[in-house]
Amino acid sequence: MPTISVDKAALFKELGRDYTTEEFDELCFEFGIELDEDTTNSDRPIVDGKQEAPQLKIEIPANRYDLLCFEGIALMLNIFLERKPLPEYKLVPPANGQMQQIIVKEDTTKIRPYVSGAILRNVKFDQARYESFIALQDKLHQNLARQRTLVSIGTHDLDTVQGPFTYEAHPPKDIKFTPLNQTEEMDGEELMNFYEKHPQLSKYLHIIRDSPVYPVIYDSKRTVCSLPPIINSDRSKIGLHTTNIFIEITALDKTKLDIVTKMMVTMFSQYTAEPFTIEPVQIVSDHNKMTRVSPDITPRTTQAEVSYINQCCGLNLSPTEICSRLTKMAYRAKPSTNNPDTIDVEIPATRADVLHQCDIMEDVAIAYGFNSLPRAFPDISGTVAKPLPINKLSDIVRVETAMAGWSEVMPLILCSHDENFGWLNRKDDGNTAVKLANPKTLEFQVVRTSLLPGLLKTIGENKSHAIPMKIFEVSDVAFKDLSLERKSRNERHFAAAFYGKSSGFEVVHGLLDRIMAMLKSACITGEEGLDNTAASDSQYWIKELNDPTYFPGHAASIHVRIAGKESVIGTFGILHPTVLEKYGLKYPTSTLELNVEAFL
Amino acid sequence: MASDLTKAVLDALFASDAPILSSDAFPSIPSSNVKSALDRLGTRDMVEFETISTDVLTLTAEGEEIAANGSHEAKVFAAVVAAMDGLKITELPGIVGKDNAKVGQGNAFKRGWIKKDNDLLRATTDSIVDETQQQLLTVQKTKTLADGKAIADLKRRKLIVMSKEIVYKFSKGPKYAREIPKEETDLTPEMIASGSWKTAQFKPYNFNAKGAPTKAGTLHPLNKVRQEFRNIFFEMGFEEMPTNRFVETGFWNFDALFVPQQHPARDLQDTFYISDPLKADGPREDSPNDPHLPKSLKSDKPLNYQQYWDNVKEVHQNGKFGSIGYRYPWNADESLRLVLRTHTTSISTYMLHKLAANPRPVRYFSIDRVFRNEAVDATHLAEFHQIEGVIADFGLTLGGLIGFMEVFFAKMGIHQLRFKPAYNPYTEPSMEIFGYHEGLGKWVEIGNSGMFRPEMLEAMGLPKDMRVYGWGLSLERPTMIKYAVSNIRELLGHKVDLDFIETNPAIRLEKD
Repeated sequence: MPTISVDKAALFKELGRDYTTEEFDELCFEFGIELDEDTTNSDRPIVDGKQEAPQLKIEIPANRYDLLCFEGIALMLNIFLERKPLPEYKLVPPANGQMQQIIVKEDTTKIRPYVSGAILRNVKFDQARYESFIALQDKLHQNLARQRTLVSIGTHDLDTVQGPFTYEAHPPKDIKFTPLNQTEEMDGEELMNFYEKHPQLSKYLHIIRDSPVYPVIYDSKRTVCSLPPIINSDRSKIGLHTTNIFIEITALDKTKLDIVTKMMVTMFSQYTAEPFTIEPVQIVSDHNKMTRVSPDITPRTTQAEVSYINQCCGLNLSPTEICSRLTKMAYRAKPSTNNPDTIDVEIPATRADVLHQCDIMEDVAIAYGFNSLPRAFPDISGTVAKPLPINKLSDIVRVETAMAGWSEVMPLILCSHDENFGWLNRKDDGNTAVKLANPKTLEFQVVRTSLLPGLLKTIGENKSHAIPMKIFEVSDVAFKDLSLERKSRNERHFAAAFYGKSSGFEVVHGLLDRIMAMLKSACITGEEGLDNTAASDSQYWIKELNDPTYFPGHAASIHVRIAGKESVIGTFGILHPTVLEKYGLKYPTSTLELNVEAFL
Repeated sequence: MASDLTKAVLDALFASDAPILSSDAFPSIPSSNVKSALDRLGTRDMVEFETISTDVLTLTAEGEEIAANGSHEAKVFAAVVAAMDGLKITELPGIVGKDNAKVGQGNAFKRGWIKKDNDLLRATTDSIVDETQQQLLTVQKTKTLADGKAIADLKRRKLIVMSKEIVYKFSKGPKYAREIPKEETDLTPEMIASGSWKTAQFKPYNFNAKGAPTKAGTLHPLNKVRQEFRNIFFEMGFEEMPTNRFVETGFWNFDALFVPQQHPARDLQDTFYISDPLKADGPREDSPNDPHLPKSLKSDKPLNYQQYWDNVKEVHQNGKFGSIGYRYPWNADESLRLVLRTHTTSISTYMLHKLAANPRPVRYFSIDRVFRNEAVDATHLAEFHQIEGVIADFGLTLGGLIGFMEVFFAKMGIHQLRFKPAYNPYTEPSMEIFGYHEGLGKWVEIGNSGMFRPEMLEAMGLPKDMRVYGWGLSLERPTMIKYAVSNIRELLGHKVDLDFIETNPAIRLEKD
């Protein structure tokens, strides 16, 4: 979630009163933003010899692009507090009727196909407004525009350039200009090298760098305005004294282009000579049927069902009452004339987050107050509680093992490839483990296929604990399984480790016997039963096993016969000294690991 | 040793009906030994004793020296007298030693024994009485001194120290006997069989010590909290979901939840993607042999998976079900990428889709591991547990969700809740749940909740008037707050201290 810093005194002036931190926190809470910090009593940075004025740091929901700047927060809170109406945004073409144009060349489809534009006339900036204007572009670039990949904004002093503008795409070598705040002219290739190490801009270069053509906006005199999405030209740069601003926005995504354009013009048109007026720009783009007048700030009209809103909120509001609540949330709404169960809603250009009538319903609930809604316990229908069978089975094994004197541990599920394979003297056949593509550390390379690495690492981290250590885990491992939709499956395992001065081989063997007895499985050896097989659901036996994980002659495989079906469900034994060495363990260790799913 | 002494105590008392002082009977035995012998007999009522504590004076090493050889001033006087015709001051240290010369000269002047005559010292009297030596000899003999001023003076001169001397005055107790009777340490089967327990003497039990340590196995504290949450869900009629599936597809983890393909949560920075196996199949019917498929999900009515896939694509790309959608070109390959599930809501989605075959009121929950590609620190691990609840029914209201949360969280001891509007791509309305934490004295965010969006539910084929609550919280966070664990690595993973696991008390969420 983005966090926006606003000047506290300026905001309270806009809101017409002072708030204590608690009062303002409460207002934010009800409206659905979050006061992160009030810096009034903090050490504030000193900039240019002057201490920064107290700031309010406000967390904004990720879909409320209209709250990403001071202007938006002040406006929406004023509307919520019923101090101000929703502004009437207006497109006002130039007096001579000759709109500025951006003529789009078809080559741009090879790199960044969409463009929009708008002009703000006779803007009055001061330092705070100017900084907010820059900051909003930055916030939009970071959030909705996904680090400029999808959308990027260029703003220019219209008085330094001359329309009509063209949006073109050319080989990097053919584009020459002096980038913003530089003195040297450079071509596209040189520019990429120049900004390679730049702390901010370097991370955007990849967006176009390897493309044979770069997008570029020219004015009518072939002056470069910008090289989207990297940088504007120095020639057309805006400053505190700029009054006529030309905004061009280029994009890969039409919807996000539209949203970004709307946010830029609605938020800053309040500073034009006639507030909330925007001068449109004609986009000529016949090749992709995108010729139009930009920006489109007409409210979206839709209808919402009164019964739906009331039912979801648990309220019984009249259509008129619903409409008045919606006014607080920056809508224009009125009861429909043709249907008593619907209201006609105008969603302003600022509210790009509204997709469905459920969003309108939520805004009715927010305006009403979540914490004022009539509360009731939902007891309409009876349902039956039920544990997941595999979890119930696991709990039996867990509780029995703990009752037998073992301690439960919870290691991580992700581990390194070595821990899962090499360190256990196991080979990766390539068909076993699920592997991660983008881990941040080597600790997390695969999803474990065995519970042993976690147990052994736990022992390694607890060397100061008294010995013997007896620990266990019942949890999932995962395997590749190409027959399934998700190409993998989990398997519930039970594993235990004994660490002490004696090997503990018989101890883990004894634990196996105990758990099998608790699962009503009878021990048999060959034909002869050691237990009463008649009273049991299944039988189990063990066989000597050659497995490089274990010390030769001291390992066994665990076999079961359940409903006549035989399977090997696991192994146990004394770990091979080379395994102990890899895990840094000094004492002999015996382990047991088996798949419990056979007993489901 | 102690047993010899107990015998000696009993023997000493045999001859005497009067109380005996330990300083008389056992002058050279350390008082701690005497005490343990008397304690042993005292607990058996064989002797009675009282402790007498007195202040005693003892000589320091220097004090001992003076008692034996005289004071510094006496030595100086002797040297001056021995010189017959006055002693050169400069020669004095050579005769009596540097230390004696310095202190002794001053004291001898003070007492008027000697006088200064230019650079010579001369005696002013023929004989002296060395009081210091006499006092010290008295202390040496009697361990005390009548003159309080003299005591203070000698202490200041570091010639004597005062200490406590413990003396025990003991006499016969009600059960006095010459010998300690034979004592049984424990009741035995033989004693019960023979009846000897009736006359046997039992060794008294030490009620000030702990019992023998019990060897105990234990469940993990986090799993104990998990079980508490499971119990809460069971008490409220919830069925546990099959979350034993770590690997998910982009489709089930994101797209089906109406999370757009450019959403930051889908970044490599946040989600673990799978490199092997590389690509999933599209959503399809589960294998009927899948052992993980709960029986309740096996439906006769087949679901149309192609329709579901198309609906999801349509609602993202062009809008459907009354939604204008996100309006971006939806990419099927993105949906078929494999990920480690970032939330168990992917399983809730799978379950809700199954519900479309037979839409009916259900309550589902799960508590299981989820994965985030996060940098590890005190509050973040790449793995943690998500607690998730889902209620599907007809006619559910937002007030009902709030009312439900009040009951749910009251069961874990949180009685004041408030709800903040929030944003979540798959719920609308979305509410962050804040609980008042008595200990911290502030509101703490304890979970997220909401009603699933129609774009998600109607794409599954669920009826338009079915409403579904969803809410979630992490298992670790409330556990850390409740039990003041500051580092998540002390709670989950291989670095957890086994002693912590083994000594962590049982958990009662509603009480703790």
